[in-house]
Amino acid sequence: MTIAATSRDYSLIGRDSALAVANGLAAAEWYHTDVERKAMKALMQRSDGPAIRDTAIWIGAMVVFAGLGIWFWGSWIAVPFFLAYGVLYGSGGDSRWHECGHGTAFKTRWMNDVVYQIACFMMMRNPVTWRWSHARHHTDTIIVGRDPEISVMRPPDLLRVVLSFVGVLDVWHGLTDMVRNAAGVVSAEEKTFIPEMEQAKVVRVARIWAAIYAVTIVVAIAMGSWLPLVIVGGPRLYGAWHHVLTGLLQHGGLADNVTDHRLNSRSVLMNPVSRFIYWNMNYHVEHHMFPMVPYHALPKLHELIKHDLPAANSSMWDAYREMVPAFLRQLRNEDYFLKRELPATAKPYREELHGDAAAAE
Amino acid sequence: MGEWIEACGSDDVEEEDVIRFDHAGRVFAIYRSPDDEYFATDGLCTHEHVSLADGLVMDEIIECPKHNGRFNYKTGEAKGAPVCVNLRTYRVKVEGGAVFVEV
Repeated sequence: MTIAATSRDYSLIGRDSALAVANGLAAAEWYHTDVERKAMKALMQRSDGPAIRDTAIWIGAMVVFAGLGIWFWGSWIAVPFFLAYGVLYGSGGDSRWHECGHGTAFKTRWMNDVVYQIACFMMMRNPVTWRWSHARHHTDTIIVGRDPEISVMRPPDLLRVVLSFVGVLDVWHGLTDMVRNAAGVVSAEEKTFIPEMEQAKVVRVARIWAAIYAVTIVVAIAMGSWLPLVIVGGPRLYGAWHHVLTGLLQHGGLADNVTDHRLNSRSVLMNPVSRFIYWNMNYHVEHHMFPMVPYHALPKLHELIKHDLPAANSSMWDAYREMVPAFLRQLRNEDYFLKRELPATAKPYREELHGDAAAAE
Repeated sequence: MGEWIEACGSDDVEEEDVIRFDHAGRVFAIYRSPDDEYFATDGLCTHEHVSLADGLVMDEIIECPKHNGRFNYKTGEAKGAPVCVNLRTYRVKVEGGAVFVEV
């Protein structure tokens, strides 16, 4: 059967945005696995302990690795220390941004807020803009024209995917957005998801960050050394690879324009180091279905609802083995997507709004 | 003066928890605080109309299950992004083991 490819318009103010609203895909009611209220309440409970421990390890390790990197600066011995520091900064910052943005990492609100601000700076994501964009990502997950956080659009731009491993495009967009916001300009797309009363905060933060980066550059010039930029800002480039490695798996190659997270999100079993850096976001179907559950309770949630989900991929390697061929097929037919088998114990997929003619057998 | 409507039994809500109450096409949330007082608000988040009864009650805060927007359920005050609009609150009384809401 020949399937005519459809061209998707990912603009938040374009044709597919209006179509999503007209088709009932915007702010729709999503499928949830049934979980008894008592069990869900227990899973949602907040605790400071795990996040304080993990944050102390995260920051402590960054201080140690950066310190050793500075100590050995000028020698090749510094390289592995900065590579480790970079991953904690440029990838660990991504998951801390995410969890603290949800407000679930810590029980104490100010702790979430402090780590959120630090992680946003590290990831070059305006804390106001990205709080709202991520709220939209959860409202309209992988709905074309509505979700501002679709990392791989169809047909996939594989060069862009490769470049994302070294953060080139993210840093370019992060810095140009910062300069634009610092100049007092909030874009038309940003205005679709940031309420008017919040827009002044976007500009204020951008100006503070621009000042910090300007000081860093001045110090580097004064020292005649790249070292300040290797410590501040630079890790967003050379340490980004891990968050891209794990983050691409969240939705890559799966369905779009559906209202069932089991169709558009992927859970992957991972090694403990990656799970620490990623703060358990490998349980991504579970996170999208129940975003109130803190990262440290996601393994328990996974055990509770896995009977209703497609089996988690057994490793990152296993997940890439299914995702990369899906990307390649989407180059020829952008309507193609992976549709994983549900266990016999699961309720059927909710796909009444989805034409699944191009799904994998 | 509004009309007093029986919403639920006082034991239907656990301490530091919330349940949903539907009446005349409207959705309400009925709260029982940790110090055993009852409160009522509109039942849908002012941000994206998600049922707050699926959320988490912490002291005097109800957190929306979808985007973690937080309200003080005693006053209805929105406590920060992504919620900006306060919740409407309703008077509550407990009589004969039942919770009544003035709608």
